Amino acid sequence: MPLWRQLRRGLDVLFRRDAADRDLSDEMEHYVTEAAATYGRQGLNPVEARRRARMDLGSPVAVREEVRSGGWESVVEAVGTDIRFALRRLVGSPGFTFVTALTLALGIGATTAIVSAVTPILFRPLPYPHAERLAAVVEDHQGVRGAGTFALYHAFADQTHSFDALAVTNRWHPTLTGAGRPDRLAGERVSRGYLRVLGVPPLMGRDFAETEDRLNGPRVVIVSDGLWRGRLSADPAILGKSLMLDGDPYLVIGVMPPGFQDVADPEAELWAPLQYDMAQGTAWGHHLRTVGRLRPGVGIEAATADVAGVGRAVLTQQRPETYDPHTDFLVASLQSELTRGVRPALLTIVGAVILVLLIALVNVTNLLLARGVQRRSEFALRAALGAGRSRLVRQLLTESLVLAAVGGALGIAVAAAGVKAVVALSPPGLPRADAITVNGTVLLVGAAVTTLVGLAVGVLPALHAARSDPQQDIQHSSRRTAGGHRRARGILVAAEVALALVLLVGSGLLLRSSARLFAVDVGFDQARMLTMQVQLSGHRFDDDSSIVRFFTQALDAVRTVPGVTAAGFTTQLPLSSDDDEYGAHFDAEPDRPAATYDVFRYAVTPGYLETLGVPLLSGRSLGDADRAGTPLVAVISASLARDRFGGGDPLHRQLKLGPAGPYTIVGVVGDVHQASLAQSQGEAVYLPVGQWPFPDRSMSLVLRGRGALAMLAPAVQGAVWSVDPDQPIVRVATMSDLVARTAGERRFALTLFELFALAALGLAAAGIYGVLSGSVNERTRELGIRSALGASRAEVVRMVVSQGARLTGVGAGLGLIAAAGLSRLIASLLFETPPVEPVTYLTVTVLLFGVALLACWVPALRAARVDPIEALRAE
Amino acid sequence: MDEPNTDVIPGTLDLLILKTLSLEPLHGFGIARRVEQISRGVFKVNPGSLLTALTRLERAGSVDAEWRVTANSRRAKYYQLTRAGRRRLDQETDEWTRRVSAVARLLQAEG
Repeated sequence: MPLWRQLRRGLDVLFRRDAADRDLSDEMEHYVTEAAATYGRQGLNPVEARRRARMDLGSPVAVREEVRSGGWESVVEAVGTDIRFALRRLVGSPGFTFVTALTLALGIGATTAIVSAVTPILFRPLPYPHAERLAAVVEDHQGVRGAGTFALYHAFADQTHSFDALAVTNRWHPTLTGAGRPDRLAGERVSRGYLRVLGVPPLMGRDFAETEDRLNGPRVVIVSDGLWRGRLSADPAILGKSLMLDGDPYLVIGVMPPGFQDVADPEAELWAPLQYDMAQGTAWGHHLRTVGRLRPGVGIEAATADVAGVGRAVLTQQRPETYDPHTDFLVASLQSELTRGVRPALLTIVGAVILVLLIALVNVTNLLLARGVQRRSEFALRAALGAGRSRLVRQLLTESLVLAAVGGALGIAVAAAGVKAVVALSPPGLPRADAITVNGTVLLVGAAVTTLVGLAVGVLPALHAARSDPQQDIQHSSRRTAGGHRRARGILVAAEVALALVLLVGSGLLLRSSARLFAVDVGFDQARMLTMQVQLSGHRFDDDSSIVRFFTQALDAVRTVPGVTAAGFTTQLPLSSDDDEYGAHFDAEPDRPAATYDVFRYAVTPGYLETLGVPLLSGRSLGDADRAGTPLVAVISASLARDRFGGGDPLHRQLKLGPAGPYTIVGVVGDVHQASLAQSQGEAVYLPVGQWPFPDRSMSLVLRGRGALAMLAPAVQGAVWSVDPDQPIVRVATMSDLVARTAGERRFALTLFELFALAALGLAAAGIYGVLSGSVNERTRELGIRSALGASRAEVVRMVVSQGARLTGVGAGLGLIAAAGLSRLIASLLFETPPVEPVTYLTVTVLLFGVALLACWVPALRAARVDPIEALRAE
Repeated sequence: MDEPNTDVIPGTLDLLILKTLSLEPLHGFGIARRVEQISRGVFKVNPGSLLTALTRLERAGSVDAEWRVTANSRRAKYYQLTRAGRRRLDQETDEWTRRVSAVARLLQAEG
């Protein structure tokens, strides 16, 4: 086996170099001895014979080199020598190595972390077979996405031809009772074809049958692998058993495979048939999510045309009140629809991190260039001693690759930490956040980036070294003339400054926008307020009046808790994900076209508005006397009053809200932000909880108190449970938490941007410092002559600083132009802040100049301290 | 007058070594001496090239190497043709013969 033999001999040489050498020199010695003996027989004296024999052989060293160069191991050895030499050089200048490796680690690590965090969210296919065919059917109300209605789902399922399967889902939060304490589970009510749309059947048991998805159909449920293994103790005979959900037995008919995730609601653990009730007239209520599996070969556009055609025909025919005539219907890939909200923020962050990587690369190239200049005489000497240009270039490339490898290894550590940080920082509800992991792809990305970086940063200095003329360089070794390389480095630093400024502008804009956002008046006092949601379940609440009675009693109990100063219940909590909207009709405007769902409905207990601190603008608030059986009354928000009555007085006018009413308006209160800090839509109607025809089983408690709010929570929960111990209490949070959460995505982008901008600023400052201090070193002689000729210290300092200022100025100018263009890309993340905002641009430019001046200062002082005599004597 | 060129024809050194070893196992100097003798001094083998070629042939498995004691009781590295080496010798001999006869035909061709 020649190959094996080759390998073994090569390894022998590599690992037992001495033995191999001895073997060869023994052989040579024998050769010389034999040859000398032959010459001796021809009559030469022994000394002369041996001399001739040695001459025949030639230089033993040359022979050894020749023999050595034959094997594959010589290449390994050469590379090994290069690497060892590179390591020695790097260890020899720890400052340079540290800064360079750290810069690379930051650049590579940050890029790897972000790329590995963002890629799965935006690009990894959803975890279903043929996921590319999964689509969402969405309603577009002039740019705002809306939830679907059952009526239209029905029309789509019957009349479109683009889908293999179409389904609707609705959130479902049943309370599981039985053994142990009550648990509120996350689940979904789904139409029959849902699992077929996803393409994942249950692992055990079966999918829903057609007969099960109709009103009053059998109570059946499919559970997740996690629920089965956890709460249900992996019972192998679970199929056919029942779970008590909201007081009713549900037959378990299936268990999903491990790892199955419902992307529509990643927390969902159980699924039951939708069993939609068309009779209530709710078929036009917007609360469903529609998903479908496209037929093979049907594109998004064809499907959109199909769906839009059917949708428009239905709207024209039936003119439902809940639809704006301008509603558009469209089909989007499910993946892009899920990530629609976060896509701009994520792409922006990717852009930002690429800028950081660019800056890091420019910085490292700069450092290597500077080092190349310092080492000119070394290279010249080596070239003069016979090192070929390719050899020098190879050496330099090896050094950069070694640096990149060290930086890359550190970078991977940074990336691992970075991924963790990204997950920790990620806004709640970031879709598919669980898909963020450090995995093989990350390492590959890291390795690829590292190699490219190594080659990229190696090329410039290597070419530089290869171009230089050894003779001239040796002569000029100590003088270090200024030249083209300094211009190149100047350009690089200016580029660095420009890139850093772009990032600074970006984070400045985000910071200002964030400050404005958190300064928004949400219409009530957010500080020191505790909230929690109480969910009623079970048949004891089948009677509507028992629901109202429970909440009234619970409120009374809560108010007796020591420390509680005010409390109230509401059906939807401001600045949470609650979204309950209806169309409002006033008697004053009979001609107004059918309104869409655009007014928030709050059914509240007495004391709610007062607890929140919503100001009463006119009329009266809701009181204990407003309950079931008394005249129907409502309080409306100021913006609703303004919008519908202009300057007129809304008091005593009549109002219908969806199917309910008419209510008499008795008061007007201030506007409250419901959806988020940024969305000021505040048109709202407040009704007494007893006067809404369909009492809500889930209400949120808001309360204020003395002392630490978190300490109050257990006592308040106890008070609620004193009325009924079986009702779960969820979402316990302070209002400030909720506020922070609604701004989560912006904050996420902002935090990362700030970090990146800070890193960029630091790198740019390091770059400026590096170039100036290098330039001062190179110009020691010139500076010495200048001061000998009478230049004052101040003049020398001014000279150096103005050089730095010129670099910064050019970079800042370019950066401002680039920022003006690029900041448009983050416009969607900005709140009441235009992408080109002079104040921000000015502020960050001043900041940049300040840091740049600091970076100039040290080299400038050193320049000023140059002693003319020393400088000139050193030549 | 110039010295006559005693360099081995490029590309034939392996062939010469293999042929020499096909007669009997030899050490490096022995090979060099044998080549010189048989070629009647036309070819002189350069020791450096010879040792390099031997290492290469040993790596490729055409020859085996072994330290032995010579007749005049010195330690010497003896090389011996392997079976693979013999095959290679046959191949290279055929190849060489084919090419030489082609060159000969070309040189003898008449205009």
